[in-house]
Amino acid sequence: MKRLISSIRPAALSLSLMALLSQPATAALKVLACEPEWGALVQELAGGNASVSSATTALQDAHHIEARPSLIARARNADLVVCTGSELEVGWLPLLLRQSGNERIQPGKPGYLETSQLVPRLEIPKVLDRSLGDIHPAGNPHIHLDPHNIAKVAQVLGDRLAQLDPANADAYRTRTTAFHARWRDAIRRWEAEAAPLRGLTMVVYHKNMAYLNAWLGLREVGSLEPKPGIPPTTAHLADLVARMQAEPAKVIVYMAYHNPQAAEFLSERTKIPAVMLPFTVGGSGRAKDLFGLFDDTLARLLAVLK
Amino acid sequence: MIKQTLMAAALAAALAGPGTAAAVTDTEMKELREQVRQLKQEYERRIDALEQRLKQAEGAAGKAQTSAGQAEAAASRAQATAVSAEAAATSASARPAGENAFNPAVSLILNGVLANLSQDPARHQITGFTPTLGEVGPGNRGLSLAETELVFSANIDPNFRGTLIAALAPDDSIGVEEGFIQSIGLSHGLGIKAGRFFSSVGYQNEIHAHAWDFTDAPLANKVLLGNQLADDGVQVKWVAPTETFVELGAEIGRGRAFPGSNRDKNGAGAGNLFAHLGGDIGASTAWRLGLSHLRTTAQNRNYDDLDSTGTQVNNSFDGSSRLWGLDGVLKWAPNGNPGYNNFKLQGEYFLRREDGNFTYNTANAAGATRATQTDTLRSAQSGWYAQGVYQFMPMWRAGYRYDRLNSGTVKLGLVDSGALAAADFPIYAAHKATRNTLMLDFNPSEFSRLRLQFASDKSRLGATDNQVFLQYIISLGAHGAHKF
Repeated sequence: MKRLISSIRPAALSLSLMALLSQPATAALKVLACEPEWGALVQELAGGNASVSSATTALQDAHHIEARPSLIARARNADLVVCTGSELEVGWLPLLLRQSGNERIQPGKPGYLETSQLVPRLEIPKVLDRSLGDIHPAGNPHIHLDPHNIAKVAQVLGDRLAQLDPANADAYRTRTTAFHARWRDAIRRWEAEAAPLRGLTMVVYHKNMAYLNAWLGLREVGSLEPKPGIPPTTAHLADLVARMQAEPAKVIVYMAYHNPQAAEFLSERTKIPAVMLPFTVGGSGRAKDLFGLFDDTLARLLAVLK
Repeated sequence: MIKQTLMAAALAAALAGPGTAAAVTDTEMKELREQVRQLKQEYERRIDALEQRLKQAEGAAGKAQTSAGQAEAAASRAQATAVSAEAAATSASARPAGENAFNPAVSLILNGVLANLSQDPARHQITGFTPTLGEVGPGNRGLSLAETELVFSANIDPNFRGTLIAALAPDDSIGVEEGFIQSIGLSHGLGIKAGRFFSSVGYQNEIHAHAWDFTDAPLANKVLLGNQLADDGVQVKWVAPTETFVELGAEIGRGRAFPGSNRDKNGAGAGNLFAHLGGDIGASTAWRLGLSHLRTTAQNRNYDDLDSTGTQVNNSFDGSSRLWGLDGVLKWAPNGNPGYNNFKLQGEYFLRREDGNFTYNTANAAGATRATQTDTLRSAQSGWYAQGVYQFMPMWRAGYRYDRLNSGTVKLGLVDSGALAAADFPIYAAHKATRNTLMLDFNPSEFSRLRLQFASDKSRLGATDNQVFLQYIISLGAHGAHKF
């Protein structure tokens, strides 16, 4: 036992020494975004003043990744974590924060930002029961598909960046103002372009389009998942085929991270076109940034009407 | 803001109070006035900024109204917002109020097994290794409830989080599986845990049984860690500020459980050092490698055995036990999206050396013809396993595990000196135990799992136990995130 303790002592000493030597570099603000849309927004507002990485890609389902070692390492070094919240990341983010040993990014600290808290949420369940599937008590968390929500988040995020990195506060404010102007123009353009989409009936894959629907007046008439978070079953798909033959929707929509099989199955049997949407930045070649995300989403939906 | 207002009010009250006013000098008064003036300015600046933003928003709204189509969209949006605001209001009021709101998160794991075993589970033995007296057997034949876990956890204050995991055993006893506090507010990558917790030795030892990929633990974990080692102690971990995941940690514990033993002693009875290295290979693959070294001393760590004369004797060990572990896990999913297909490869290797005194004790043996004797014991034993689990379609996974133990060398002074024969210690017969395990599980949701498992278990020398398990594992309530 003595030998053990004597071997632990120098180890502990070298630990604390290494901790001292490894103070965070002063260069750029390190930002870890939980989803690509928030990574892209930080990029817009911070430019070269921040180094941004996203914990998930557009091809991953943010509900279902793991607190893998590389993410713990990134969380440990982050100055700011920007996540959606509302339990979207409940399966991995709490663990990531606890394991990071980084008090700057804990909930309640300036280095932690939950974007869904900044906007009114849709579909807050009246009844909480897991027999209804994977529902979110705080409401539908997929807030980013309404660009007005992005604008609200941008305002707070810009201030937060300035607060965390006061030396570059002016640069963040300038970029935020410039982003707002460009975004406002873009929203005006998108709303004009999307006018013909009003009332478009859709079968969705997962209930993650609520905010896009509310923004553009799209109508969801069915979902490939029998219940939120439960993968499509053959029985449910057969039921959907029957319903769609009787009363067809205009389009079947799935996201870049979904397996297209279920949508294609329904499309083949009902002759309703299936459309893949990027869902977030990086989900398609054109969705390179937030502007591209909405440009591409609208273009893909409008193509159905032609 | 409210806090500052209160502060200002308190300040004003303090200034107005005659008792305090007498104690306040002129310079202090000036300072206080200056502070109040600054507060006021700060508020005015903020209100101006707010007004500015309001104007901007109004301007934007005004522009939006110029187009009829846009106005309609905005109206529908406003409506949606109003609806959701209303919903938010109702949900806010429906939230539990008062003391109840701070109740810890509670979750419950229900677990049941149907077992079909070709060998009598009462005669279960892993030949070649000291019995650990833990839950290493295959369990009961037939239908039985397996361990139920009741979990409470919550943040205690900005510094600590507390967790209790109680294990309700099917024999109606309750055990504390884990009960610990852990730091949440430390910086520089540090984390501290204190209480009873699963030791960070190897990979699987830290994972709760309900999250294992097979019904039972690997043979190596059974014989070297008594199934799963949870010690009472303190753990300090440090995550390095590097891009590659590097984690170093140390534990000091009581050494209450196998391979140690409970004793009356001040200070620590066990220590564990561990290092983890991990990262990603592209977007699809994540990995972690681990090294660990556990040292403990056992005192009167004893087990019952039958010697060559058929006498029921009690043998005990006093001495040091050192365990080295190497573990690795690799997880793969196309584009890192595990929803449809994913693969998990996991393996661990352990080597244990024990050095001390071994006592052949006949004190309580009826009709014993030999005296109690003590001599040395030196042993070097090892074990490893490798397993792979593949999700071949949503909800369905199949897995295979190979287990192998090497009883290695167990040098008993009592045998070497000729005092007793090797046949007096049948449990230490040389044996290379192996087991092949296949499993198939169905996961209707992330909260439920049904598993079918077949195993051909050659743990006992000269006997193969063919095992079939059918198991359900259900998770109710707030269920926390699982470790990688």
